[in-house]
Amino acid sequence: MVTQEQTTKLIHAFSALADLGEEIAESRDFDEMVRSTLHVVLGALGLRRGVVAEYEKLAGVLRFVAAWGVGDEAPTDVALDAGRAELLGASGGNILPLDEADSQAALQQRLGSELAAALAGLSASIVLPLVVHGEIVGVMALGGKATGEEFTTEEREIVRTMARHIGVGINNHRLLRQVKERAVENQHLYDNLRSIYRDTVRAFAAAIDCKDKYTQGHSERVGKYSEIIAREMGWSEEQIEGVAVGGYLHDVGKLVVERDIINAPYRIDAKQSSELNRHPAAGYEILAPIRHPDADIPLMAKYHHERIDGRGYPEGLMGDAIPMTAKIVALADSFDAMTTDRTYRRRKEFPEVVEDLRVNSGRQFAPEVVLAFCRALLREVNGEMPERRVIRLLGKGYIEPETARPLLVALIAELEAGAHATARA
Amino acid sequence: MMGEAYVGSPVRSERTGDVAVIYTGDYLNRLSGERVERAARERLREGCRALIVDFRETSMVNSIGVSILLGVIDAAERAGAHLVFAGASGQAAQLFELLGLTRHVTLAPNQQTALAGLTAYTGAGATHH
Repeated sequence: MVTQEQTTKLIHAFSALADLGEEIAESRDFDEMVRSTLHVVLGALGLRRGVVAEYEKLAGVLRFVAAWGVGDEAPTDVALDAGRAELLGASGGNILPLDEADSQAALQQRLGSELAAALAGLSASIVLPLVVHGEIVGVMALGGKATGEEFTTEEREIVRTMARHIGVGINNHRLLRQVKERAVENQHLYDNLRSIYRDTVRAFAAAIDCKDKYTQGHSERVGKYSEIIAREMGWSEEQIEGVAVGGYLHDVGKLVVERDIINAPYRIDAKQSSELNRHPAAGYEILAPIRHPDADIPLMAKYHHERIDGRGYPEGLMGDAIPMTAKIVALADSFDAMTTDRTYRRRKEFPEVVEDLRVNSGRQFAPEVVLAFCRALLREVNGEMPERRVIRLLGKGYIEPETARPLLVALIAELEAGAHATARA
Repeated sequence: MMGEAYVGSPVRSERTGDVAVIYTGDYLNRLSGERVERAARERLREGCRALIVDFRETSMVNSIGVSILLGVIDAAERAGAHLVFAGASGQAAQLFELLGLTRHVTLAPNQQTALAGLTAYTGAGATHH
């Protein structure tokens, strides 16, 4: 016959089990989870004190995470050697009574003198190894009941069940912590690899430019202009990095072109021009076998001399057939060609460059790309950017703000009105 | 445990002389329990010689709430202060009895009765928090 008292206690114990599940599942912080679950056990049976320690296998210590009702007597770390940890794990989570005089010696043998002394100092009545898959993950020690009575068999079973849940909770939090640590490590590795990749690309760009003594720094500038355009177009950081790398490597195919043709101090003839025009396809051949973070990189090399009116090379692609990344690199490449001295001509003045962009927008260049670049330039001219990257690359005094501003404003207005969009495409 | 519902009642405390009253709110769980414990420790640090934990608004006490109440009992004992639980519902009072809390704390049907029983500890003036 179950009495009213027993029923009330049973309902409270069942509610406590529900509380336990909730605390284990919902506590994000490990220490908070352990503290809460200790509270649940103590509150379920009316126990005045208790502690929970996590076993740190590598350090061979029990780290006390939660303590309640022990005042200032809470222990910190207690050594637990691997042999004893293995024995406790093999106990299967069975309760070790501390209040039975005849078992004291055996307990000291099982727990080690340091842990046995620490638990005795807490007036603990029972100790529960927290075991998961036969391995100890922690220890819970509980003091006596507030009633002063002994634990009943049912209560011991309730405590044992709860201890199993807490063990699983500790183990799960620990696994989660390991996954997070691994994720952080992987992120560091990934960042390092990306950094190495970027440095390699820049070194490669410098190597490409070394072949042409008159265009030193060209690849790096094209990479930077491409990055500025993509950023102005609102692309993601990964996409921006991809197009910047494409800019750095767009002329990699020149490595297979005769140095004499590249460095010819005069306008090259048709045959030499044909040889030089091989470089986009050659660049593609070089870059295609490499697994780049951005799959478009070989295409940027291949199509950076295509024009949206179809009069470019190597394939004469038109409009949308040309990847947007290649359209960006194409503009960056031409802009750098116009704004740097070559062996056979001086660079254009900035108003001439703006006029070239205007005339060729919708023919050679994609209008939306020209628009983005002009907007970025205007913001630099107006001092609205934290860094004047383009202006710095062009050199001091090249852009006169008072002259450049109205030209850029007018071209932006023209492009926004769509005057170049389809008529010439 | 269910009793009269005071949904949304916050944990708060007030002091009359050497006696502090702590209202446990409508649901005594981890969150509210930690506030009760903090209030109890603060009042004891201030020098209160008696604490009344008033459950009049409390419809439910979960296991964590019970554990925290045991901590309040512990703190009061260490400070040598008198502790009374007042206004607990019938089910709450039965649970406190079954779990042994009543061996360490006095139960009173309401705050007035508790205060009357603590006349030896009371002083003048009131501070509300």
